[in-house]
Amino acid sequence: MAPAYLVRGVSKSYRGSATPANVDIDLEVPTGEIFGLLGPNGAGKTTLVRQLAGLVAPDAGSITLLGHDLAADRRMAARLVGYLGQDEPALAELGVHRAVETTARLRGAPRRVAAAMASELVDELGLAAVADRPLVRCSGGQRRLACVASALAANRPVLILDEPTTGLDPVARRSVWAAIRRRRAEFGTTVLLVTHNVIEADSVLDRVAVLDAGRVIACDTPGRLKAAVDDSVRVVLVWQTEPPYDDTTVEALARRAVIDGRRWTIRLARDESRDLLDRLTRAPLFDALDDFTVATPSLEDVYLSLGGTRTDLERT
Amino acid sequence: MSNVRTPPVTARPATPAAAATPGPKVSLSAGIVAVAAGQFGRVRVARGPLLFVATVQSLGLVVLLRGVVHHHDKATAAAIVAGASILVVAFVALNLLAQRLGALKASTALDYYAALPISPAAVVLGTAASYAAFAGPGVVVTALVGALVYGLSLSWLWVVIPAAAAAALALSGVGALLGLLLPRPELATIAGQLAMTLVLFLGIIPVGHLPEVVRGLRLAVPGMLSVDAVVDVIRPHPDWTDVVARLAASLGYGVVVLGLAGAAMRRAVDR
Repeated sequence: MAPAYLVRGVSKSYRGSATPANVDIDLEVPTGEIFGLLGPNGAGKTTLVRQLAGLVAPDAGSITLLGHDLAADRRMAARLVGYLGQDEPALAELGVHRAVETTARLRGAPRRVAAAMASELVDELGLAAVADRPLVRCSGGQRRLACVASALAANRPVLILDEPTTGLDPVARRSVWAAIRRRRAEFGTTVLLVTHNVIEADSVLDRVAVLDAGRVIACDTPGRLKAAVDDSVRVVLVWQTEPPYDDTTVEALARRAVIDGRRWTIRLARDESRDLLDRLTRAPLFDALDDFTVATPSLEDVYLSLGGTRTDLERT
Repeated sequence: MSNVRTPPVTARPATPAAAATPGPKVSLSAGIVAVAAGQFGRVRVARGPLLFVATVQSLGLVVLLRGVVHHHDKATAAAIVAGASILVVAFVALNLLAQRLGALKASTALDYYAALPISPAAVVLGTAASYAAFAGPGVVVTALVGALVYGLSLSWLWVVIPAAAAAALALSGVGALLGLLLPRPELATIAGQLAMTLVLFLGIIPVGHLPEVVRGLRLAVPGMLSVDAVVDVIRPHPDWTDVVARLAASLGYGVVVLGLAGAAMRRAVDR
């Protein structure tokens, strides 16, 4: 089966801009994958997805979508992709249900089918209470959720979602990811997700391409990317009161920890961290702890180690 | 920093074949209907003011000019009634459509339409059609009131409907071009107003009263062929071949400018 996307040597520059938006990008996204584009603002993510959605043509290179060469027929993307831009003012004055129904009709669904699709999506994403409310009068989160519902309308085999969860509360975020995972499980939908939220990227994506200054600087599973840059583990201990210094483990840790009051932060090799966790989870050390966390390197660490700057990456 | 090549990947379990099937192509007419339905939902909140403003301006002109036109000057009366009727369409198509498409272009809203399997012409015509729903009654009311005020027969009145429809295509196309080509929505609004003023003057002032040079350029102004077709049928013993030719030319004008508007929309998206 043809991959969802096969991108070869794609470059794009805008008139009047000194720096190119995308430079010689190669990607292969198999069907059914949740693939992410991560990077700060201005990294070229949106330009890339606009090309993948057939909205703009690359200056150089080729994009094949489910076996269709977009250079030969850019409009084919409109029949295969459900696209969610960063904002959707085109629908702003419509009611939530009407906006979703209109999108389904514009994707070729007959009126009754479109209405049924809209009702299902409105329920699925928890928008029933505001179904008749114009988007302009909804909260920012509700509006974004309605736009996600519109992107999902008519079940396209590929979804391109440009920062779909921006402004959503945790419950709404979960409903978005549940809806997307359901489509992958039931229909094999491929999802391209643009984000600069490293936590979301870490937990949701099968693979991620890290973009910086228009180039892909890394592309792999979040786990492999993190393993490639740093094998250490960050352990944070929060003691209830004074740490039990008479314990030999604590005495050894104190020499390596960054101590901030009752909070100790220690970087350990993976083997060391396993050994420490084993000891920490037994009395009396466990009883002396108020809290502890063990964290592997994040995608932010990956991005920084690859030469990216901290600007604009979200950790919320 | 060099680009990296994507490492080999393993595809997920087989995708259901149907899931990779392209969605249907949406015909121009279905696209227009769907866009219009969505836009109608948007503009209906302002239907009262829209209907009132689009109609009252033309009605006002008809009544105002009655005070300066001699009762026996049927040629001038015909020009006023025909011009004022088409002016209702011009208000909607040039003014409101240029404003709306200029605003869509300024935001990223055109991406929404461009990512859908509909033609750019469907977006322009669908948006225009949603406004036309309000212009239609205004055209008929203006023509009817004009005929009564100037003592014209009512037998020609039906021609106003195809004439307004043909003018709507041409005027919508030009309104869309203004909204899509000008760099800022404010400029599109101003240009739309100016174009509407041009339609007002050249549509209402009888052709014979215009300077020779303006008379030559007049037919390049959208909607004028439709105005002339209505003027023709108000006369006694109209030449129907002429009327049909004018309406066909007006329609052709509309098709050409709508084609250009479609290209302008693709250009606006490909920014």
